[in-house]
Amino acid sequence: MKSKKNHSLKGWLYLLPALLFLAAFLVYPLIDVFIYSFEEGYHSASQTYFGVGTYNYSYVLHDPYFLQAVKNTFLLVIITVPLSTGIALFLSVCLHSIKRLRSVFQTIYFLPYVTNTLAVGLVFMLLFQKTAYTDGFINLIIHWFGGPSVDFIEGPYWAKLFVLCFYTIWVVMPFKILILTSALASVNDDYYKAARVDGTSGLRTFMRITLPMIWPMVFYLIVTGFIGAFKAYSDVVALFGTDLNAAEMNTIVGYVYDMLYGDSGGYPSYASAAAVILFVIVLTITCANLLAGRRQADD
Amino acid sequence: MKIILENLTKRFPGRDRKHQGEVTAVKDFSFEIPDGSLVGLLGPSGCGKSTTLNLISGLEMPTEGRILFGEDDVTGLPAEKRGIGLVFQNYALYPHLTVRQNIMFPLENRRGKDRLSKADMQKKAREAARMVQIEDLMDRKPGQLSGGQQQRVAIARALVKMPKVLLLDEPLSNLDARLRLQTREEIRRIQRETGITTIFVTHDQEEAMSISDLIVVMKEGVVQQIGKPQDVYDSPANLFVAKFLGTPPINLFYGQIRGQKLFIGEDAVFTLRGIPDQEVSVGVRPEGFQVCEDGPLCCDLKGVEVMGRDISVLGWHKASLNPTIRAMISGGQAVQADRALVRFSLNPAKVLLFHRDTEERIDFEVV
Repeated sequence: MKSKKNHSLKGWLYLLPALLFLAAFLVYPLIDVFIYSFEEGYHSASQTYFGVGTYNYSYVLHDPYFLQAVKNTFLLVIITVPLSTGIALFLSVCLHSIKRLRSVFQTIYFLPYVTNTLAVGLVFMLLFQKTAYTDGFINLIIHWFGGPSVDFIEGPYWAKLFVLCFYTIWVVMPFKILILTSALASVNDDYYKAARVDGTSGLRTFMRITLPMIWPMVFYLIVTGFIGAFKAYSDVVALFGTDLNAAEMNTIVGYVYDMLYGDSGGYPSYASAAAVILFVIVLTITCANLLAGRRQADD
Repeated sequence: MKIILENLTKRFPGRDRKHQGEVTAVKDFSFEIPDGSLVGLLGPSGCGKSTTLNLISGLEMPTEGRILFGEDDVTGLPAEKRGIGLVFQNYALYPHLTVRQNIMFPLENRRGKDRLSKADMQKKAREAARMVQIEDLMDRKPGQLSGGQQQRVAIARALVKMPKVLLLDEPLSNLDARLRLQTREEIRRIQRETGITTIFVTHDQEEAMSISDLIVVMKEGVVQQIGKPQDVYDSPANLFVAKFLGTPPINLFYGQIRGQKLFIGEDAVFTLRGIPDQEVSVGVRPEGFQVCEDGPLCCDLKGVEVMGRDISVLGWHKASLNPTIRAMISGGQAVQADRALVRFSLNPAKVLLFHRDTEERIDFEVV
């Protein structure tokens, strides 16, 4: 009995460093943010506030900039997560089916992952931006097909959203391809041989054998894809600069940052309220994802 | 369905820069497998037996030679058009599908007029499951089954489409010893009941001998011998086959023929006729020894193992090619374990002679 108790004590001792770090840098700030979000008019220099209530939430939820940010974030999530996962799956299957030069292509597809976000953003800007001197590379292509010039960086909303989604999909692609190609490689070849002997068509083999077998990995990518897209910020800055509210391209995380440090900043209470709202959204969607995933696994 | 293999050869290209040059996995294999028989392909790993199975299944295409199922040349046909059932060594059951769905999978692949109604598919799946006695497990997933049960599901999946030929790749190697005995009887029974020509691959000679109508012994891509298990055991074509078959393995000695006498070392064990004087390798099956006070073969006694029905006598002889001679004698014969020497007489029917250099077997007559 005593040794068993000792044992669990030892276990907790081993966990202690990680627990301390998590408590100090994750749990405590989380609780703190939660408290700030209910303190009205909190001032960080004087550490004072007027009262406690839900005014911060009411302010944030009525702020057109926040609503714009929520709309942008949701559009970004809904468009990029399915598309990027689908395209990554397609490319991975293609990569997996080629024999020669497979590793070369895998390396090429992985390169964007090790490239800096801001550098990539700059390249995208050069590709898409319309200036007084040039229409940009993409517009050249559009002209070639006989279309009119579009200013993707400072032009209409849909064009900016298109660039943002394009960029996001492109940036998250390497990691997804990496995960999916290794998932595909882990499927035992005998399953495919068995399917072949039984005359299974290619599509059926993919739908009934390949996809169910790599489903845990696809599901993992969907869940982390949702979380990642909800937290988008640096990509948007890389493309549209720091004045995101003016560009109508702010995201929820961008709004939080602006409230803290931006030109209109200095409102930690509003920032906290917005952060808590984001937290609740991500938590809800992740739980819904996990529930749906579990149901799928049970079928 | 009769299967004919004609001069079947499979060469694989070199794997990479380090292993250039072709590898011949199967070389000039000709064999006619009678309709409804159970054939065991036997050999050590890397001998080409699995490649042969893959050639018959159509998963590999031969470099040379032809394969006929009955009168039909199937050499160029892809696997799915050959009408074969294949059971994999690791069973390859789809883990996310239930037993029922696994068994029905081959039927659901069919399109057009070959496609059965849902009810017919269910019926066929039930029949196949009954054949291998897994009707109670239909709604489980493969992960919830034991190795033996998974094996049965794999066989049911192969049988459900009524294949012309059933192929089994190392069917028993993933089972424990007791289950192995039981399952090999099972395979024999299923094969008898269905009458489907069945070919299985194994490296376990006991497995092959016990249930096959015919065994094919292979070594390095070349067929060594084809025949009924008992015939191959009694008259192996060469030293390799003799060594490969039989547990405990055959005992080998350096020997000589001098003046119509067979010598093992300096012991003249018996007289024989019709062989010129020469150096030979002598193989003696463990059951070919008799303990005999004035027997001609004198060995150092290393130990006695009592195993119930039989006694195994371990000895050493300076002409022996194995570190230990193992003789199996029936429990009735007494051996005093504390003696230094033991003398054996040999049963000539259990003694095999081989050319020292070609390793081919030499026929002989005992006087």
